[in-house]
Order: sequence, then structure tokens, then C-alpha cells
Amino acid sequence: MKIHEADAKSLLVAQGLPVPPWEVALTPTQARAAAVRFLADPANATGKVVIKAQVLVVGRGKAGGVKLAASADEAEDVAAQILALEIKGLPVRRVLVGPAAEIVKEYYLSVLLDRATKRLMFIGSAEGGVEIEQVAAERPEAIVYEHADPLLGLPDYAARELAFKVGFGPHWKAGAAIAKGLLRTMLANDADLVEINPLAVIREHGAQGVPVERLVCLDAKITLDDSALTRHPGHEALRDLDAEDPTDIEARRYDLTFIKLDGDIGCMVNGAGLAMTTMDLVKRAGGEPANFLDIGGGAKADRVAAAMRLILDDPSVKAILVNIFGGITRGDEVARGLIEARAQQERDVPMIVRIVGTNAEEAAELLQAASFVTAASLDEAAAKAVAAARQVTA
Amino acid sequence: MSILIGRDTRLVVQGITGREGEFHSRAMLEYGTNVVAGMTPGKGGQLALDGAVPVFNTVARAVAETGANTSCIFVPAAGAPDAVLEAVAAGIATVFCITEGIPALDMIPAVEMVRAHGARLIGPNCPGATSPGRAKVGIIPGSIHAEGGVGVVSRSGTLTYEAVQAMTDAGLGQSTCVGIGGDPVIGTQFIDVLRLFADDAETEAIVLIGEIGGAAEEEAAAFAAEHLSGTPMAAFIAGRTAPEGKRMGHAGAIVSGGRGTAASKVEALEAAGIRVAGSPTELPALLREAGYRA
Repeated sequence: MKIHEADAKSLLVAQGLPVPPWEVALTPTQARAAAVRFLADPANATGKVVIKAQVLVVGRGKAGGVKLAASADEAEDVAAQILALEIKGLPVRRVLVGPAAEIVKEYYLSVLLDRATKRLMFIGSAEGGVEIEQVAAERPEAIVYEHADPLLGLPDYAARELAFKVGFGPHWKAGAAIAKGLLRTMLANDADLVEINPLAVIREHGAQGVPVERLVCLDAKITLDDSALTRHPGHEALRDLDAEDPTDIEARRYDLTFIKLDGDIGCMVNGAGLAMTTMDLVKRAGGEPANFLDIGGGAKADRVAAAMRLILDDPSVKAILVNIFGGITRGDEVARGLIEARAQQERDVPMIVRIVGTNAEEAAELLQAASFVTAASLDEAAAKAVAAARQVTA
Repeated sequence: MSILIGRDTRLVVQGITGREGEFHSRAMLEYGTNVVAGMTPGKGGQLALDGAVPVFNTVARAVAETGANTSCIFVPAAGAPDAVLEAVAAGIATVFCITEGIPALDMIPAVEMVRAHGARLIGPNCPGATSPGRAKVGIIPGSIHAEGGVGVVSRSGTLTYEAVQAMTDAGLGQSTCVGIGGDPVIGTQFIDVLRLFADDAETEAIVLIGEIGGAAEEEAAAFAAEHLSGTPMAAFIAGRTAPEGKRMGHAGAIVSGGRGTAASKVEALEAAGIRVAGSPTELPALLREAGYRA
């Protein structure tokens, strides 16, 4: 699950990481009030504030979602503009307001799950502020990697080593402390990724206006492990429902994995790999899948009925392909669920059903009695579904 | 010889008295697997599966009393990493973890402890393994298999059944079928299983079933090019139509930042001389085209 920058920064602050102050505003008036406070802050070296759209897309800056303002009036105007934006289809409902930083140097630092080594890995670079993928492609030598120990995490010496390798110069102590803090943030929240880009040396006004430089987390991106959400009850409130399809939310209620796609052939499958394969074969047969839907292992009739409702909620669906390879899942249970679901459905959509494995014979009898279109192989089922969808279109 | 499991497997089932644990333990026993013990804390002294299998409070006790050497875990996600630790601490050599939905960070120290004990973990979030005619550990339906010489390794569950069924239907039996699991942090990777197949006299051909996300298929392709050039191989990759940035059911099945795409995997496999099927049903024909004669 992805979370907003402002929420990510709160998780960093909770672990003691240095993050410049910010406020979240839901209205231009709130943004103005926040701007007044930050413009009056004696530490603010630029005399400006930055206003950033809180929206879960990459490239919000290019889309006009990040702007500076030099006065309260301007801040209110800019906030109004940004709050009226829709960036890549997502409405901007909140903006982050903070002092505009005077940036001396930008770094990159992240910690993520490295699948190949089965360890957590730090990625650091003295070339921050740009996309790290671009740095990796153009100047791979500018990126350093360091794995956390699976049992010890990042001991002090390893954090120092990382800080010197990245090249934080006089800020190496802060760099090492931040690296340790990122790992704490990851572990405390069951995150998959904690990324600071830029991690920046900024210049502020200290006591008597003397310039002071310090290393701070200027931006923050955190993604949380979906499998661990249940043990962090507070995290559910961080979910951005705008960034999700309404059917995703409905699917979660029934413990189904549903991903909406653009095609017209609804798919209901048990098992993630087989569900992907079913989509691929629909495409190969000349059709377009309308969704990915994994009803999981051991699905019972009521879950099948819920899955069918989800598929039919999509008005573009013209045919439905049901593909069940029974192992834990019993074919006759699925067949009963399908019959029940069809009795309830308001829209008449052709349904092609293939059920093999556990209790497949009982399923076949039930389906035949209810005059469903059946298929023996997955390829045949895909071809029949594509043909049925075309017939509806014609 | 088969790999990972076989006639000398002595299995302890962790979580044998749960709904899933009991159901699948019965199926394993019926298949002919030597299920010697069950383990559920607080139920030690009971008998499971209609009196056929003694239940112990700890894996250590089960090992001491029955000589169990392999474990199969059906414990819920919150307790599964601990179940892995308990198994390897008790001296179990091969641990299958079927449980899905385990937080990834919990598996990092668990996988490290498995390595430290010199044991092997398959999974989590995997269907287990079958050595046709000898033993099955996990949840793969026994009925889909036939004895033969094809080694099957896969990141998926039901997709594996689909591919295995297609091979059985085409008259190609299997030496061992292994599901390594769909999570980001798993104990055994494709290349680990390929290495075992390479050393297994009975395995004459190999089918690899991958999916989007990560780079395990690319690593497998490189390994195969170097070590399995004489072995007929075929592959299938699920998720050619999966959109970027979406987790396709399996926690590990995600294309992000343009990495982990089906295209990249297909390209790597084909560059290693491994044909990639457009549908699981085409795998038997591709194996034959690669020179395999069952």
C-alpha cells in the first residue's frame, strides 16, 4: 500500500528522523494560515513556502502539483490552483505546506526489500533529486549498495561505512544516523520501501541569522507490506481510497483479489498464477480481459457469488470466463455459487465455465443441468469467451 | 531418485489439527507419504487422522520420538515464521511452508536461520512438492501426476496443476514437481531447484513455470545456459498482460519501474535456448521439440 508524503514524513518523525516542518491543508484558507506561520519562521532562509499536492502518482511536479509562494496571498492562490487539479486521473484533496528549502546538495537514500539476497538493501547516491533509475542507467558507479544484516540490522559501523561510501562529507554522522532511522522506520511499520529523494543538505538561518547547514529528509516515499496491515491497525487510515478502484475496496471485504482492467471479458479464477495465465490466454485468443480476479483457495459458494457481482458491476463486461482448477477448492461448490449468482444477476451476460480437478464431475452435472456453456481446456474456454464477447458486440 | 522428498521422507505436519492441516495431511497419507507425526502445542498425546498419526507439543519431541526429517507447515501467517524456526532448531532438514500472507520482513530472519542450520526451506506461500508414486508434501492434488522423468519447478499453485495435468495428459510423467512460492522472500529459488534437478539422475527434462516480478527467471535462464545445456527444457511465464505497478495476487508478482516484466523473462529464457510456451498446454510439445523422448 502506498501512502502520501505527509503521512510518510510522520512515520519518519516518529522514528526521530530530521524532517523540516510541514502542515497539511485541505483548503486554500488552511494553506494560507500555514504559509503565514512558515513565512514568519526566522529559520526560513528563502522567505518562501512550498506547496505540494498529496497524490499517489509519480511526476506530480511536472503536472503542476508542486509550487512555491512568496506571500500568504500567493500561497492561497497556488493552493487553490493545486487543489483544483486532477493529476493522472486522481483529484488533489490535500496539499502539504512547508518552508521552501535553500538546498545546498541533494542526495538519495532508500532501503528496500532485495528479493535476490532475501535481505534489506540500502541504495544511496550523492546524485539525488532526480529519478534514481535514471542515475542507475546513466552512471551506475554513482550508486552505492549496502545490505542490512538479517539478524543485526545496520550496526553503527555499517551505517558509517554506508555514509562514507555515499559521500555525505561533513554530514557523515547525520547520514549514518538517518540510514539507521530509515531501517527503524521500515521495521516499525512493516514497509517494503522507505525512500528519501532528495535527502538534502539545506541552509537555514540559525541564531542571530547565522547560516546553518543540516541534512534533512525533504521528500519521503513509503510503501507498506499489505500482508502486515492487520498488525498495524492505524495504517488503514493512511489508505488513499481515491487511488483505488471502488471494486478493489469491495473485493477486500470478501477477501478476493480483484484488479480492474480495460477489456470486456470478465475473468474468475482460483490462484494468482492461473488468473494471470487466464488473462494472457484471453488476450492471445484475440480478446481483452476486463479484470484479474483470484477467488483464492477453498472458495465457497457465497464468495463465488460475491466475485460474480464484482465482475458484473463493470458495465463493459460482455462475457465471463470462469476457470477453476480444483485442489483445495471444490468444483461443485463453485458450480453452486455460479448457479446462485446467475439466478440473482440482473444483466444477462454469457458465461463460459471450465472446472477441473476436485469434484469436477459433480460440477459438470450441476452446470449441465443449469445449461451453462462449458469448456474442457483453458485454451478452448478462452476462445469461447472471446467469441461470446464478439457476438454481444455485433 | 527424486529431489527434496521421496520414500525416505518422514514427515511431521505442523498445525495438523487445524482445518487445512488435517485435510491435507489425510490426502498426503492417502497418497502414500510417510506422515510420522503431527505437531500442535497443547495437543501432545492425542492421535490425529483417525488414530493414524501421533501428535506432539513440540517439533523437537516429534523428531526425538519418530525420526521425522521433513516438515510441512499449515500454521497461520502470524505464527508461521516461528514454526520455521522451531523446525530447523529441532534438526528438520527440509521444511515446506504452505502458509500464505506472511509479512515479508518476518521471513528475512527466518530464512537466515534456516541457512545457519544448513536446512532447506521451500516457500512460504507454496503448494509443496510431489514425487509421483512416492510421496507428496503440501497441497498439490495427487491425481494430476504420473511417474516419469520431467522435473517441474514453479512459483505458482494452481497454474502448476494446470501444467502438470497437461503433461500427464500428453503422456509425460514427472520425477518431482516443486512449487517454490509466490512471495518476495522465499527459502528456495528456481536456481536452487535447477541445481538439484541437474544432479538428479531420474530427471531427464525440466519445465519451469514463472511469473512477473523479481528476477528469478532471468537468474534461472543464466544458470540453465551454463549447467543444463544437455537437458531438454521448456518454460511458461504468467502475466504477459499484467499492468505495471499492480500486485497480481501473489505478493511477489509485481512489475515496478519497468523491472520484472514477462517480456524480460521470456527474452532471457529464449536467449538461453529455452522455448517459452504461449499456453501451459503447449509445454509437452515444446519439450518434445527440445529433444525429449519419454
